[in-house]
Parts: sequence; structure tokens; C-alpha cells
Amino acid sequence: MSNVLDSKIPEGPLKDKWTDYKSHVDLVNPANKRSIDVIIVGTGLAGGSAAASLAEMGYNVKAFCFQDSPRRAHSIAAQGGINAAKNYQNDGDSVFRLFYDTIKGGDYRAREANVHRLAEVSANIIDQCVAQGVPFARDYGGLLDNRSFGGTQVQRTFYAKGQTGQQLLLGAYSAMNRQIGLGKIKMYNRHEMLELVVVNGKARGIIARNLVTGELERHSGHAVVLATGGYGNVFFLSTNAMGSNTSAAWRAHKKGAFFANPCYTQIHPTCIPRSGDYQSKLTLMSESLRNDGRIWVPKNMEDAIAIREGRLKPTDLKEDDRDYYLERRYPAFGNLVPRDVASRAAKERCDAGYGVNKTGEAVYLDFDAAIMRYGQEKANLLHETNASETRIRELGEAVVESKYGNLFQMYEKIVDDNPYKTPMMIYPAVHYTMGGLWVDYNLMTTVEGCFSAGEANFSDHGANRLGASALMQGLADGYFVLPYTIGGYLAADIRTGKISTDLPEFVEAENDVRRRLEHFIHNKGTKSVDHFHKALGKIMWDNVGMARNEAGLKEAIVEIRRIREEFHRDVFVPGTINEFNPELEKATRVEDFLELGELFAIDALHRTESCGGHFREESQTEDGEAMRDDVNFTYAAAWQWTGNPQEPVLHKEHLEFKEIELKQRSYK
Amino acid sequence: MKLTLKIWRQKDRNDKGKIETYPIDNVSEHMSFLEMMDVLNEQLISEGKEPVAFDHDCREGICGMCSMFINGEAHGPDRGVTTCQLHMRKFNDGDTIYVEPFRAKGFPVIKDLVVDRTAFDRIQHAGGFISVNTSGNTQDANAIPIPKNDADKAFDAATCIGCGACVATCKNASAMLFVSAKVSQFALLPQGKVEAQQRVLNMVEQMDKEGFGNCTNTGACEIECPKGISLENIARMNREFLKAAVTAE
Repeated sequence: MSNVLDSKIPEGPLKDKWTDYKSHVDLVNPANKRSIDVIIVGTGLAGGSAAASLAEMGYNVKAFCFQDSPRRAHSIAAQGGINAAKNYQNDGDSVFRLFYDTIKGGDYRAREANVHRLAEVSANIIDQCVAQGVPFARDYGGLLDNRSFGGTQVQRTFYAKGQTGQQLLLGAYSAMNRQIGLGKIKMYNRHEMLELVVVNGKARGIIARNLVTGELERHSGHAVVLATGGYGNVFFLSTNAMGSNTSAAWRAHKKGAFFANPCYTQIHPTCIPRSGDYQSKLTLMSESLRNDGRIWVPKNMEDAIAIREGRLKPTDLKEDDRDYYLERRYPAFGNLVPRDVASRAAKERCDAGYGVNKTGEAVYLDFDAAIMRYGQEKANLLHETNASETRIRELGEAVVESKYGNLFQMYEKIVDDNPYKTPMMIYPAVHYTMGGLWVDYNLMTTVEGCFSAGEANFSDHGANRLGASALMQGLADGYFVLPYTIGGYLAADIRTGKISTDLPEFVEAENDVRRRLEHFIHNKGTKSVDHFHKALGKIMWDNVGMARNEAGLKEAIVEIRRIREEFHRDVFVPGTINEFNPELEKATRVEDFLELGELFAIDALHRTESCGGHFREESQTEDGEAMRDDVNFTYAAAWQWTGNPQEPVLHKEHLEFKEIELKQRSYK
Repeated sequence: MKLTLKIWRQKDRNDKGKIETYPIDNVSEHMSFLEMMDVLNEQLISEGKEPVAFDHDCREGICGMCSMFINGEAHGPDRGVTTCQLHMRKFNDGDTIYVEPFRAKGFPVIKDLVVDRTAFDRIQHAGGFISVNTSGNTQDANAIPIPKNDADKAFDAATCIGCGACVATCKNASAMLFVSAKVSQFALLPQGKVEAQQRVLNMVEQMDKEGFGNCTNTGACEIECPKGISLENIARMNREFLKAAVTAE
């Protein structure tokens, strides 16, 4: 295949690559840094930490977010925790084990060198965050506490109740604030990037729209970092924020950045089931709940039917009449199997008719055993030897509240049911996208000078991400990787000087954006943007969701093209360009989702194996597990834009596994 | 459910603005308040009218983007929730609901229900951080044990989502609950002690500059705060401020 892709993985033994790289990478001296501008789009964990770190180093940073403050980026909603190979619990953890778990969890479809680097810097992240004042959970000795997440057999997850993402993001935000106060970061709130500007093959700036005034602005820089998150909202319903979108990444793709593995999507097993057509988003219940919650459906079909019809309550069912299907199928990992496995198992039970809500698409997540276990421990601690069941339950509920209080409250507010008393109902939902912009070891895309970090790139999670690894990757990229790699690139750029925004490339890019916006405003269509977004989401979920097959994917491709054509012909966007206009914002985002959706389906169609979150019905083992095809598919699929969304060109980055033997993944 | 919505419409910062009336039908009790607003906007768009602008993003109560003053209360009648988590089951068929923006001198209206809260950011720029660079060489995270009680209290203060409900609720439009949450988080932790004095002085100075009022101990902010940030934080900030003001050079 082509030699277009150069992953630039350093030579040498895996465990020394990053150390050697850091020792030899070119540097930019402090005086020169002052004359170099770096644009960072997105202020979540990856973008926020990169902005703060690069500004501390002396670069002039311009940071952009579409929200009204960088603190609102969707990293804030991450609940459960962040992994790090600290081995504070003395349970055998190590850098290698975190590396191994991540590669295996990703079903052997990630790049070894990047993942090893991630595991290496993981411990530094915790040190850095504690130094910033991030209030992680602690034990009574005042030391940091840990818990377990799916796909691992050690306790390496650091957490702050169910608000770990919030606390980490506020840490990065505070580091940014210090630099904003010092004038080293110029922050552009309520600004959305609508185009990447490429000059002589190098990324040199962006066109952004001021969302308050509607004005188009040209911004130049010596490098552009896209830390703009994932594209899960292509499904319309997902756990992403309403504004989360793919536009920055997609615009870069159309300017030459290859898009890798778009079909790798994570469907998270524990979300609140959907309730009606008006639904605007799905709410995640943290994976950390699987530390203590047991997942089950009724063993007997009659009970399942009775529950659906409201004649029976879950608490009426005896232990023997319950099917703890994850514990049954995967005794080694039980309720803590990885997300893709847990999601498919839930779908399998519900498809077989054992679902427990009106739609038949829900399973139970039950805390009763945990409440009683914790209650007994607490009673022992208090020397209450004769505690009644009620007393034990009361004590146990208090312990569970201290661990997951905010999640239980969130569930109760949304569902109007008390999860301390009756089991939660959950069902899988789109949560995270492992695919994204193809990047080399330096996190640079195939457009020179355009970097991508965090969920927006494809590099670390292969075909499935383990829980508590997204926060780790975002902060690793921003705090510890980009500060080195971007310097290596900029070292050759110290003589360039200020980049003018009057260059013809800027003028042309701005004109292109203006034409797109005018098209929407002047289009005299009849249907709202959401109408088309919902139509796209439905076909994506039905045909390109948890299980995919050739016929369904081909149908999806035709259908997406049809929706896209109708969208451009019949969408109605009220208002004008030069004002605060949320419908116009949605229109440009959905325009890009409609192109990405097709590439997503094309990628899913071409990969005839199953791996991680990508499940092709044609490729499964006898007991319904995902079956990889290592002979034909041990590569990352990087797609090149050709000007026609129907004809992307595939480039393959062959993945070499030198430290790890490829095996059929088993959690049994 | 059938409802009558009385919604504040204001074209831009300079427009005077007024309340408009919108009837809405077929509202399900399981909808969130924002989903009900989505349905209204779809209805307005289908009539060729301009939809109501409002801030929102995560829709799970953590980003702090959504605001809205609903029937005279920030984030509406339920407790411990943001507007995105407020569900229509808290209302009755036939209700009339007033929806207004968060109002304060420090929060100018951008459009309809959308307000400018960048004053909060500027207060954080003045001191809402610990001065530590990214290096990879900070000391081991377990080098300083922190009593669980202090860590838990710091965490509770740190859960503020910066939505501005406290300001909108306060008769003085005071931002003391917001500012004190950040001051408290760092004052309770050993890492934050070094700069504690300068931090509280700088943040309070910026808070005053932004035009937020003073605290007169009504306590409404604590009740309306979707995250239950405690008034104790204001008391702690006042102690920190006094200490700093007395000993400042």
C-alpha cells in the first residue's frame, strides 16, 4: 500500500523510546518562543492542559471554545476516574501492565509506541493535578484512594466522587486562568472554528465565527492544535454535550488531514434508557458503579413480561430467578468486563426478550448486595454486633451515598425512582469515539503543523477504550506530550516571523465560510436542522450501531446520501449571519456530520472483521464474541478526502506488535 | 400537559426586551425543561418564527451553561438541580410559567435568555489557581497526606459549576458564594496555602470591580444553588480576607 503514512515512531526498545525522544528533540529557546503563536481549538482536558503548558513555556497561545467559558468543555462531564500506574495499592500494577491492558482492551488495534508513552506519563498526571489542588478522594490516612474500572484486575483509578472530569478540567482551567491573567493566553470564548487555513502545505491559522456578533475572524499561528473532542453526536442521541461536534476535525480532514478508523465507536453499557421522541440526549451512569452494582435480567421469560407490564417488581424476584449474565458468561471479570463486551451482552439479553422496561431495552444494575455488604462492614466497625437488617441497610446506604451520591441523585431526578430501594434500569448508549484524525507519534496530522490531541485523534485506544483512560489520554497529550513534540516542529519555524492574515489563503478561506453560511440563511427550506440530525442519528443507530452487517451498511450509505441531499435543499435556518444564531451554528455542524456519517459507514463496511466496539455480525465466534481477522486487518484505516464524500481513498498504517502477542481477547 | 409560557425576548444587549406569551401543548411529564423548550422552538421554526435563544450544553447538570429564571427562581422550583435536570413532572397541566434570564449588573443579556457571565472568568483570572508549572517533576502525589475531612470539604467547595444562580438569586447580585467556593477549596488544602493571602485579596478586588454586590447574609444563594455550595464558604472567605487585609504589607 501507499507510503504516505509515516508514523515517525522513534527507533529503539519500546520502553526507552519516549525518554530518548525527549533527550534529543529540537528545542526552541525562550526568546524565540515569545515570537511564536500557537492556536488551540477546544479547551477540554487536552486543549486546556496544552494551552496552559505551552503558555507556561513561553509561546503566545490563542485558545478557542464555542462555550461561554473554557470551564464548560465536555470533559467536565466525565464521571468515574482517571487511570495511572502508581501502584499505590500494591496490587501488582506497573507501566507495562497499564500499557498491556490498554492494548488488549483496544482489541489490538492501537499503536504500541503511543500507548506505552501514555502509560509512562500517567503517574506524572496525578502528581501534577494534586499540585494544582485537584481534590481527589482520600482515605482516612490522608492518602489517595483508588477504585477499579472495567478491563483491569488492579485498582489504578483515581477519582473525585462521580465528578472526576469536572475536578480535572477545573484544574486545567485554573492553570489556564493563571496564564490568561499573565497575558500569555488570549482566550476567545463563544468562538467556533469553521475553517483551517493552509498556506504552502502548512497549517497557519483558522477562520472562526464570533458566536455573539456573528462576525468572521481570521487568526494566524505557527501551529494549530485541534483538541475538539469526538463525533459521537453523529448519532444525534449520545452522552455527549449538545454542542459537541466534529466540525473542526472535519474541516481539517477536507484540507488534507486523514481521518482514521471512524467506525470505532464506544457504546457505553450503563446509561439511562431512552424515554421518548422528544429526547435530546442520553445520560451516562458512571462505569464506576459496576464496582458495586450487579447487572441482571430475569431468568424466566414470564417474569420479564410481568415486569414489563408492571405486574411484578424487580425486588419481588428471588435470587435464583435472576440471571446475572455478566457473572455467568465472564466469571474472571464479572461485572467489570470492558464496555464493548458489557454492551453487547445487554443487547443480546434484550434482543432475546428479557428487557425490563416498557420498550424492552433495559437491564437492571442492582446495588442491594453492595449496600448490605458495606452496611455489615460499617456495623462491625461501630461494634454494633446485633444490628438489625434495617440498621445495616441504613449504614450501607450511607456508604454507597458517599461513593456515588451525585450519580444516584442524578438518576432519581431524571427517572423519578429511588435507586437505593429499587435497582437502576440501564441500557447502552453512544459515548465515545476512538476514531479521529490520524496523527503520527508527534500527534501531528497529515497536514504539517496541524496537531490533534485527546478524543479528537485516533491514537491510543484502538477499537475500544477502557474506562478512566480518556481523562488520562487528554491530560497526557496536553501536559506531557505536545509540549515536547510541538517544540520539535516549531524549532524549524523560528525565522518565519508573524504570519499575515491578509494572505490570499486567509481571504479565500473566509469567503468559503461566508458562502456556506449564506447558503443556509438564504435557503428557503421547510424543515429544521434537528429534523435532519434526528434522521441521520436514526439510520446511524439502526444500521451502524452496536451490531453491523453488509446489507445494513450499504443501505445506510444510500440513506445518508439521500438525507444530505435533502438537507441542503430543504433546511430552514431562521435569522441572519451577523447575530447570535444557535440554529445557524447547528446547521454547519450537521452539514459536517452528514459527510462524516457516510465515511463512518464506508469504514465499517470495509472492515469485515469484528474488533472492540466494531461488531460485524458476519465475524463472530460460536458464543457470539467479536472475532478479529489479524491477517487482513491489523492496520489503522486512514481515509483521505478527495473532494467527493462518496470516494474517499484508504491508506493503511500497518500495526506492529513487538512487545505483545496478538490473542483472541478473553475476559472469561 | 398544556402550558402557557411567558418568555423574555430581547434581540440583543441594547434592546429593551419584553415578555411574550406562547401556548404549548402535548408536554410530557418525563421531558426535561430544556426538552420542552426544544419542542417550543421546533414549533416556532415551523411557523417561520425566530426560536428562543438559551444557553445549554451538557444537559446533565455539570457544565453550568444552562441558566433561566423560572417562576422567579434560578433553575426553577426543584432543589439541587440545574434547569437541564428540571423535569416537567414538577409542573401541572394548565400552569403558566414565567421564564426570564439570570438578571444582574454583572451579567448583561446577550439575547433572550442568554447572558454574559465572563465576569466570573475574570475573577478566576485574578487568583483562582495555584501557581505551579507543568513539569513532570512535581513531588509524588502522596508526599503530603491531606486529612480526609479537609479534602472532602475542599471537594465540596470545588463542585461549584459557575452557573451564576447565586448571583441571580441574591437581592444584592452578590457573587460571594461563587468566589468563596474557589477561595475555600484552596484555603483548605496545603498546596493552596502559600498564595492564600494574595489570592483572596485579588479575587475580592476583581469581584467588586465587576459590579457584584455585597453579602447581607440572607442565605437564598445556598438554597438555590444547584450544587448545594454551603454558606460556610462565605464565612471562611471573610475570615481569609480579614486575615489577609490585616497582615498585608
